[in-house]
Amino acid sequence: MNNLFNFIVDKDNKKVRVERSFNASLDLVWAAWTEPEILDQWWAPKPWKSVTKSMNFEEGGRRLYAMVGPEGEEHWALADYTSISPKTNFKFKDAFCDSQGKINEDFPRSDWDVNFTESGESTIVNVEITHRDLADLEKIIEMGFKEGFTIALDGLDEILSNKSK
Amino acid sequence: MRRDVFQAIADPTRRAIIGLLAEQAMTPNAMAEQFDSTRQAVSKHLRILSECELVRQEQKGREIFYKLQIDKMKEIDRWLDQFRQIWENRFDQLDETLTKMKEKNDE
Repeated sequence: MNNLFNFIVDKDNKKVRVERSFNASLDLVWAAWTEPEILDQWWAPKPWKSVTKSMNFEEGGRRLYAMVGPEGEEHWALADYTSISPKTNFKFKDAFCDSQGKINEDFPRSDWDVNFTESGESTIVNVEITHRDLADLEKIIEMGFKEGFTIALDGLDEILSNKSK
Repeated sequence: MRRDVFQAIADPTRRAIIGLLAEQAMTPNAMAEQFDSTRQAVSKHLRILSECELVRQEQKGREIFYKLQIDKMKEIDRWLDQFRQIWENRFDQLDETLTKMKEKNDE
């Protein structure tokens, strides 16, 4: 099963675009993104876990959650929902914060625009993240995934050497 | 990685220069011809790329060739790849979740 997957870093516009198709109906995919108990099942890369403390999925509402590491370490983050068009699109502003939702101003916030399109038996999700500065991405990776998140770098050198030929 | 590296690659002309230099080392004159641009304009971009250590000068006879620093470029790619990897893992997990949801619905 080969699903569409596109990952584009648009450096001119400081955007990251991720596109992926899923072999499931729009109803299911929408639920997976918007219901906390489902969202927690997949949002954090293993061995990290996503634990939603509160979530009010409506315009002006907020999701407050922790990324919990294998040693029990917690990184808190939130999403402030700014716009919702059911089963089509939702937008939010992210932030790092403490367990009470107090925003850590040292870290930049990014704007997320998540689009859903039905395509036959599958559903295509388009995520567009607009950063204040692309260098912010580095901070975000450090903050969210520094400990415990191992990255498969195997084979990357090979890809790069092919690319630079 | 410092912020300036990203500013360096944020410019389309500089990215095109990087693309050219990925093929072979070149002189500023040869690059200017490729871009239909002035040598001065190319030199300005090359200076920024040099400051970020993305290119290096090499004297060959009377001419100066610019060479891409592949290792530095790899650093950027590796770093962006981490982000890509996060999304791949996340979406593979979403596939599993959706499969479970479908099974549950069918029961």
